[in-house]
Amino acid sequence: MGTITVTIDGQQVEVDQQATLLDAANKVDIEIPTLCYHPDLTLHGSCRICVVEDAESGNLLASCATPVTDGMKIKTITDKVIEARKMNLELLLSDHPNDCMTCEADGACDLQELVYEYDVSEPSFGLMEEGKFEVKNENPFIEFDSNKCILCGKCVRVDNEVQCSGAIDFIERGFSSKVAVPFDQDLGADFSSCVFCGQCVEMCPTGALTYKPAKGQGREYELEKVETTCPYCGVGCQIELQVKDNKIVQVGSIYDEDHPNPVGETCVKGRFAYDFVDHPERLTKPLIKKDGEFEEVSWDEALDYTAQKLGKIKEEDGGEAIAGLTSARCSNEENYIFQKFMRGALGTNSVDHCARL
Amino acid sequence: MDQSIYRSHILICGGTGCVSSGCKEVRSSLEEELAERDLVNEIKVIETGCHGFCEKGPLMIVYPEGVFYCKVQPEDMEEVVEEHILKGKVVERLLYTDPTTGENIPSYQEIDFYKKQQRTALINCGYIDPEEIKEYIATGGYEAIGKALTEMTPQEVIDEVKESGLRGRGGGGFPTGLKWQFASDAEGDKKYVICNADEGDPGAFMDRSILEGDPHVLIEGMILAAYAVGADEGYVYVRAEYPLAIKRLRVALEQAEENGLLGENLFGTDFSFKLRIKEGAGAFVCGEETALMASIEGERGMPRPRPPFPAEKGLWGKPTNINNVETYANVPAIIKEGAEAYKQVGTEGSTGTKVFALTGKINNTGLAEVPMGITMREIIYDIGGGINEGKEFKAVQIGGPSGGCLPEDKLDLTIDYDSLLEVGAMMGSGGLVVMDEDTCMVDVARFFLDFTQSESCGKCTPCRIGTKQMLDILERITVGEGQEGDIELLERLAENIKSTSLCGLGQTAPNPVLSTLRYFRDEYEAHIYEQTCPAGACEELLGAYVIDGEACVGCTVCTEACPVDAIAGEAKEEHLIDEDACIACGACVDKCPVDAITQ
Repeated sequence: MGTITVTIDGQQVEVDQQATLLDAANKVDIEIPTLCYHPDLTLHGSCRICVVEDAESGNLLASCATPVTDGMKIKTITDKVIEARKMNLELLLSDHPNDCMTCEADGACDLQELVYEYDVSEPSFGLMEEGKFEVKNENPFIEFDSNKCILCGKCVRVDNEVQCSGAIDFIERGFSSKVAVPFDQDLGADFSSCVFCGQCVEMCPTGALTYKPAKGQGREYELEKVETTCPYCGVGCQIELQVKDNKIVQVGSIYDEDHPNPVGETCVKGRFAYDFVDHPERLTKPLIKKDGEFEEVSWDEALDYTAQKLGKIKEEDGGEAIAGLTSARCSNEENYIFQKFMRGALGTNSVDHCARL
Repeated sequence: MDQSIYRSHILICGGTGCVSSGCKEVRSSLEEELAERDLVNEIKVIETGCHGFCEKGPLMIVYPEGVFYCKVQPEDMEEVVEEHILKGKVVERLLYTDPTTGENIPSYQEIDFYKKQQRTALINCGYIDPEEIKEYIATGGYEAIGKALTEMTPQEVIDEVKESGLRGRGGGGFPTGLKWQFASDAEGDKKYVICNADEGDPGAFMDRSILEGDPHVLIEGMILAAYAVGADEGYVYVRAEYPLAIKRLRVALEQAEENGLLGENLFGTDFSFKLRIKEGAGAFVCGEETALMASIEGERGMPRPRPPFPAEKGLWGKPTNINNVETYANVPAIIKEGAEAYKQVGTEGSTGTKVFALTGKINNTGLAEVPMGITMREIIYDIGGGINEGKEFKAVQIGGPSGGCLPEDKLDLTIDYDSLLEVGAMMGSGGLVVMDEDTCMVDVARFFLDFTQSESCGKCTPCRIGTKQMLDILERITVGEGQEGDIELLERLAENIKSTSLCGLGQTAPNPVLSTLRYFRDEYEAHIYEQTCPAGACEELLGAYVIDGEACVGCTVCTEACPVDAIAGEAKEEHLIDEDACIACGACVDKCPVDAITQ
């Protein structure tokens, strides 16, 4: 495929023929703000924040959606561009609650950031006075406040294109448009095909979609980010634990094409089932039942006890008398060692795995 | 087909307008009368498509004399059969009466409404039976496709259309031949042609009339386009609110298939073409081509960014040619008669004719097809018969919600695509809404914004929220709550919506506001700064009535006229209106013999 050259803010850039103006600008590290654009999702072109000016015609072009043409000259910062971005931000603000103080997304909100950057301190059309829509939060995982939604459609696209749940889409028209599950119910409703993978929450640029368990647990800037492998199955999804005071507040996505989950995919378990980590009933030491009661013992004692018991069974009844059950939450390597131990050391082929049940 | 020879044909208009005014009952009554007199084998009754003069419907024409009866009722049929059919005497009372001369005009060609019209797209509408393919063929139908397939290459067809100067009749005015060339040049193993019959402008119904009155002309135009661009499959996207159009189109498709005009190897050539109907659910935005295609694909009707244009990547990602009904309806004539003949009509930059839908405060509402380059004055006064009830003309809204309002000094503007753009309006689909002195232009802008706001798909920020903000400001102004700075804010907002919206709906949505601001700014100012509505239309701004004591003769007529007893006063003495009780209905003003009451 051929390349073509365009000029962005005076810099010549050579890009692929299929590239957009945004791609070309990114190539030379010229930053253009976006709200609805995501490199892993199909093009939507709805927020109209990424507009730039065509130097020849003076027309405003949405840079995420405009393919480059040879010899094009683009300016990314002109009075006209700033005015248009600012007014579109003012419009978004007029249809958005003014509750940053208590909003879960404070500090992690793209809209808030742009409003600050473009100094929209006195929006021409005011701010939303009262909510238009009912907040949906009847499920244990995700709170959906359509009043904060800017209809960028990222959640709809990730749901339909990446997760393929087909759970949410746009409903209604004009100013009443919103994202919803069928019949405008809760994400957890009977008709909803939502699987609570949480990818919509990850994509949401505002506080419209938030994690319920994380509510009030910490601001984005207070959270320590720990990249790890999800412990639940053998896929090995890479996830980001967001931790405050050594406690997991929420699980975020990582977008990396080299990962087994390149678009930050994970399932409901990887996303939400982490409360066992700090659960008071979690077993952290081995127990042996003595005189009918469980008693905490040392690892050495527990291992000796187990080896002795297994050895005795093998001696008296043969290895075939023993069966082993392992867990889907172990890694492939751990499961390999387990079956090797069962076959080689104990002499049994009776090995199974919880995921088969 | 019935091969009998009839001594007379009676055409009854079966367009949607005449169906609403009762043509079905007229037809049944006529058929009963004919049966009673055993005339069924002598007189043929044909239900046609729209004849255009909806104001006077139900319409009926008796051939061979060509006598035009209007506002016919079922009970008139006995007289028509008895007098006209049997005795050969024209029923004078059912003829059209010229409003200025008071004369009855028997032949419709002599009626002002029809005199200045020149028909290409509507040529068969109201003249043939739309459910009978042989009637279309008898008028020269399907000759063009025969000629194209057997004598012309696809490129020659495109060249002929280019040469004709035909431009898109759906609103944009893009050169049709060039569009076809793009689709033809696009690489692809599969191509589509689509007809946009999702006519949504308030008051526009020319596409519906063509579908109802002459569906085969559309089919033929689409076959020509498919042959020209190399498509083998097509869709007519028509709104489900047009049941009659869909029914007739369906019949036409079946007949065309039966007659080998659709399907495999047409006219013995390698060219095959399949055409199907896709019913839309009535969203205005689905008239936008990318939203229309999304809708055919089964997605929500939301526009997609362009480029890529449909010619390159259209329906299901394949090269697609999309035109509207009226555009396709012009093509057979171009191929049959040649581009040279076609160009003789119209102006240099806008050739041919355009169908306009006349509505509003005008005497003759209906459909009129006129040569491009005609003036607005000719359409409104000569064809439309001027303003209702002798009121003053104030403005004409052209181009639907995307168009603009033009004032009286633009009446002599010659109408073509480019002249309209220059004055801040656009051709659009050709809807003309005529407004009189009682119309408030701020309220008109509010009406159109209300429409575009509720029809916005909600995808892009400026259209979804910007039109709502404009509407809020306009509503505020019409109830007397306008503020200083509102006009400037409207202008800034309009500019932003125009230049940053994703699709044509948003990009043109501010036009009604911009054009009324351009030509009627003083009305906005009067609402905001003086709290008055110069047209007297905005109810909240109508002040209480007062009686001029000097002029009042104490006749007591007003006291009797007042429905809320708000006027007091003895006979022969000055009267007074209680402002708190007055409901500003204006009944007293109309009755006062000495014009002593003012607002």
